[in-house]
Amino acid sequence: MSEAQDYKHIGQRTIRPDGYDKVTGRANYAADLALPGMIWAKVLRSPHAHARIVSIDISKVEALPDVMAVATHADIPNQADPGAINILAKEKALYHGHAIAGVAAKTETAAEAALALIEVNYEVLPPIMSIEDAMADGAALIHENLITKGMAEQPTSPSNVSSRMEMNKGDMTAGFAEADVIVEREYRTPTVHQGYIEPHACTVRFDEDGQSMIWCSTQGHFGVRASTAGLLNLEQSKLKVIASEIGGGFGGKTVVYLEPLALILSKKSGRPVKIQMDRDEVFKASGPGSATRIKVKIGAKKDGAITAMEAHLYYESGAFPGAAPLGPGCMTIFTPYDVPNQYVEGFDVVVNKAKVAAYRAPGAPQSEYACEMLINELADELGIDPIDFRLQNAAKEDTQTLYGPKLKAVGLVECLEAAKNSAQYKSALEKNQGRGVAAGFWFNIGGVSSVIINMNEDGTGTILEGSPDIGGSRASMQMMAAEELQMPTDTFTAIIPDTAHIAHSDTTGGSRTTFATGMAVVEAAADIVTQFKERAAAVWNVTPEQVEWKDGIAINTSGDGEMTAAEICAAAGRTGGQITGLGNINARGAGPSFAVHIADIEVDTDTGKSDVIRYTAIQDAGKAIHPGYVEGQYQGGAAQGIGWALNEEYIFNKDGLMENPGFLDYRIPLASDLPMIEAIIVEVPNSFHPFGVRGVGETGIIPPLAACGTAVSQAIGIRMSELPLSPPRVLKAILEA
Amino acid sequence: MATKVIFSSELQKFTGEVQAQVQATNYRGVVAEIVAKYPDLAEDEILKMAVAIDGEIIHDPFLEQIQEGSEVHFLYRISGG
Amino acid sequence: MTKSHITATINGDVREFLCEPGDTLLQSLRDELGLTGTKEGCGSGDCGACSVTVNGRLVCSCLVLAVEVDGAEVGTVEGIGEPDKLHVIQQKFLEHAALQCGICTPGLIVSTKALLEENPSPTEEEARYYLAGNLCRCTGYDKIIKAVMDAAETMRGTA
Repeated sequence: MSEAQDYKHIGQRTIRPDGYDKVTGRANYAADLALPGMIWAKVLRSPHAHARIVSIDISKVEALPDVMAVATHADIPNQADPGAINILAKEKALYHGHAIAGVAAKTETAAEAALALIEVNYEVLPPIMSIEDAMADGAALIHENLITKGMAEQPTSPSNVSSRMEMNKGDMTAGFAEADVIVEREYRTPTVHQGYIEPHACTVRFDEDGQSMIWCSTQGHFGVRASTAGLLNLEQSKLKVIASEIGGGFGGKTVVYLEPLALILSKKSGRPVKIQMDRDEVFKASGPGSATRIKVKIGAKKDGAITAMEAHLYYESGAFPGAAPLGPGCMTIFTPYDVPNQYVEGFDVVVNKAKVAAYRAPGAPQSEYACEMLINELADELGIDPIDFRLQNAAKEDTQTLYGPKLKAVGLVECLEAAKNSAQYKSALEKNQGRGVAAGFWFNIGGVSSVIINMNEDGTGTILEGSPDIGGSRASMQMMAAEELQMPTDTFTAIIPDTAHIAHSDTTGGSRTTFATGMAVVEAAADIVTQFKERAAAVWNVTPEQVEWKDGIAINTSGDGEMTAAEICAAAGRTGGQITGLGNINARGAGPSFAVHIADIEVDTDTGKSDVIRYTAIQDAGKAIHPGYVEGQYQGGAAQGIGWALNEEYIFNKDGLMENPGFLDYRIPLASDLPMIEAIIVEVPNSFHPFGVRGVGETGIIPPLAACGTAVSQAIGIRMSELPLSPPRVLKAILEA
Repeated sequence: MATKVIFSSELQKFTGEVQAQVQATNYRGVVAEIVAKYPDLAEDEILKMAVAIDGEIIHDPFLEQIQEGSEVHFLYRISGG
Repeated sequence: MTKSHITATINGDVREFLCEPGDTLLQSLRDELGLTGTKEGCGSGDCGACSVTVNGRLVCSCLVLAVEVDGAEVGTVEGIGEPDKLHVIQQKFLEHAALQCGICTPGLIVSTKALLEENPSPTEEEARYYLAGNLCRCTGYDKIIKAVMDAAETMRGTA
């Protein structure tokens, strides 16, 4: 379907349309809106990781002159909504930072000060902070009625394990019997945060009779509308959500924390309300990515053929059953390998931590880290180059996946070959340096996208799309519209209207926006081409079939005559009204994007500090619409993964309280921590997409964990199996070796 | 020729079989046939799943037509970050 | 509480505003003066999204009290570039795709300008260390550093 083609507009490095506002400070983010009469709210949060809420007394706060409204769980109109207990805790505080009450006051300072006067009587309970603690015999129960789902025999007593899943293909016994070498190891990854620089914030106005509104930063404003309307028992038509510019999300801005509470406080006070989280609230109460414990076992023949792969995965879901990205973790772990015998078992485990949220390729970095580490170890055991070992066993077209269908054309082999031919892989290492290679697989998703293109009287077009733009997607929408209509890119302006002005679109996530919303843009643009032909035909008094659309001009093929888009649009009133193209679709056929990364790391053996000295990120984009922003996704994913591998982790004390809720102590990579990141775009077209596009946003965070993990292990000559490879952990390993 | 439905190991717990042949030519028909054939399969659970038809993953397949000889898998829905 | 009356030169304009003793410069810029280009990422001086200059010195405005800028000259992102023409640094950020979500961009533009005024010919390493106080979670810094180096070269007139 999609052969390599010459494109005129896509593939160019255009200047993004929202860039001007962002480099001048004009762009408006979540915290940037103030409304007349607006008041401020703050949230009281649990100082305990696990506690029963015996009573809450708000009488002293309500009496304060500056306080306009107070809300607790009882004020949530829809008590049956399962999301309600993470907006405001009900019977129990389930993690350090769990929201207990909200106060709205005339100033932010007054709201903050008022929190201290809320009297909460807690009965402190023992916190469950790890998978081991949660699954230990006699462990305290976080939820007294949680019965594990998915067991062969339904358990009769509750536990902290909310579900089990299992997948298999082939014959594991026979597979391991064929192997000459079998390696087996357990890996651990910590609780991490998406680390977006913009804290959650919103400004809302409840309107009893008309349109309530929410201004917030979100990956999906239709999701905010659905969740908030559900919790407040509002009709969706009575609630308008405006997606501000979004200061990073990475999966963490796919859920609501503040918006329903703010709207309740606005309703009670009769004033617009603004809430913004402090950074420590962001760390304690939003986000985190699942901590895991993963056992992997792989067998291979001496010639390098892998015969069997087995894994047992344990994922923390926070205190909310089923929140862990366990399914994708299980489904992705072995997908880079064309191996007949595979078995995966997974458990979702509750602990007293914040509810796990999606984090860039949710679940995959953890499971694939474990697999890729062991693959590198096995390559060493067999004396085979790790890229050659992967090439020999690589998934390709028609490989039977563990999770279901056979793969279509994918670019893993091409990425591996590009890695082998890269300058970095051919370079030599020095003392105390190590090199790691790892692959990554992520499905990508399609889903519902809504697009309208309104053609203006001067022949320019306004693209309305329902997908918040988190990394430059407005630029790619303009380019795809330009390509389909064969008109200059700057003819089009792309905007993301509020929920009242376009139909539902799924959240920006799953690397879907350029892929799926781009498909909707192409459909809307094609709709306009059809109408252009009809309108030109009406002017020329010929049939639409006699009109050709070429290079942005309508040509009368049965006589003389050409009309530009501007001429057709200027005449639109006379030929049937204004011209609007529509693309409301449910996109299917998302194509996986495989990646291969190479990390070179030098370890200071005196301090245990690891420095990434060279890095290459290679990934299949299918077709790169805007190569600059595709490279940016690879580089950004690599940096995030490097942070996960080397430094980032939540540190809890023995009482389950988070000790490092700030950027000073939860250290994400700084400019001085990283080298340039060589980005290599491989293009194996996705056969289901008109331009061959694959989603590119998420895969890049997967390989760095094992690439860095292997590089550090090689540099110090010790196989490390627990992340992060922070200086104390690495130094301890060196000293104990 | 019929359509081949392949069950994941999770679904095999309810079907006892790896695959089944169905005659239906659309998604809803396929679901109706397998639910009738395997009483332990819960229809509302099946309807929540995504499908892959000849390798193309479709999250909301309600209106899908299915060609004869196709291969259908039921999958967990995947979300992303 | 008694408010203080502050007079400061902000982006070249003399501005007056009231603040409480505990208000930060960041709060006053954003909530009193409407200069929301300066962003809050952490409130503790760790992320650099609120970078501004006070009397030419680069600071985190979340760590400066508003009362401290009485009589001072304050520079924010809104003061960089002309109404009809971007500053070279801003232009290079756009050309190099050196921003994704853009929340860190104003702080980075302010910091980069301060860097290049202090050191017109930074090495890549010098640029990375000077900008180490400006966190970016989206880009991996690669394109930011390329934009900074290109801007430096252009501003030196050697491009």
